[in-house]
Amino acid sequence: MRGIQQNIDKFTAAGVAPIAISVDPPETSRDLVDRYKFTFPILSDPTLETIRRYDLVHENAVEEGVSVARPGEFLIDSTGTIRWLNLTENYWVRANPDEIIEKTKSLP
Amino acid sequence: MKTKGFNWQILIGFLLSLFAFASVPMVFSQWSVSTDYRSLGVVLFVIAAIFFVIGLRRAFSAERGKFSKISASILTLLSCVVFGLFVYLAFFMATALPKSAGVPQVGQKAHDFTLTDTNGKQVSLSETLSKQKGVLLVFYRGYW
Repeated sequence: MRGIQQNIDKFTAAGVAPIAISVDPPETSRDLVDRYKFTFPILSDPTLETIRRYDLVHENAVEEGVSVARPGEFLIDSTGTIRWLNLTENYWVRANPDEIIEKTKSLP
Repeated sequence: MKTKGFNWQILIGFLLSLFAFASVPMVFSQWSVSTDYRSLGVVLFVIAAIFFVIGLRRAFSAERGKFSKISASILTLLSCVVFGLFVYLAFFMATALPKSAGVPQVGQKAHDFTLTDTNGKQVSLSETLSKQKGVLLVFYRGYW
């Protein structure tokens, strides 16, 4: 996500708004925003409702009873259609911001 | 090869392997140089291994005493354990992910949502899309 923040001007120029979602409550995410100066919205999904609709729940990932979202990135066009997605098979490996910016150029 | 004196290669190898292990959370939290958090760790472990090869050859040369051989062996063993833990975390634990067979695919509609941001404001996907060419939606594991 810091990769996205560092390239925020390129995303803005492409007309693409980043939105991040995790299970963290807003207070925890606010710490993150303070530390890394994120300028895009960081949303809270503590009940996992949205994460579950995207089938990205990693059950008991941290410990028994603590589930989180598995990392995933979606590029969505203005009609709400998914144009590109990246679902890492290893959560120590994430999408490259340059690759995502390249994909934003194909948006109508 | 000079074999007298302090076997600093072993010590550097050991410290490097500890640093390599710690590099993942460091890369994760401080820099954004990489999209593969494992890469710096792997590079550092390789350099550490080179130091261990040199240091072990030195420790096991004829003119060095028992203490040198034992301490070099212990540090090497400890580093192997650290490396093993790194491999387990980076290549096994980090790949233990759910199947996610129901993830919406390219060409499908993204599910709309309305969630709270860090200022207590409601943000919805459809409303954001109405003002933009597109949205980059990022799911992440969280801060913990």
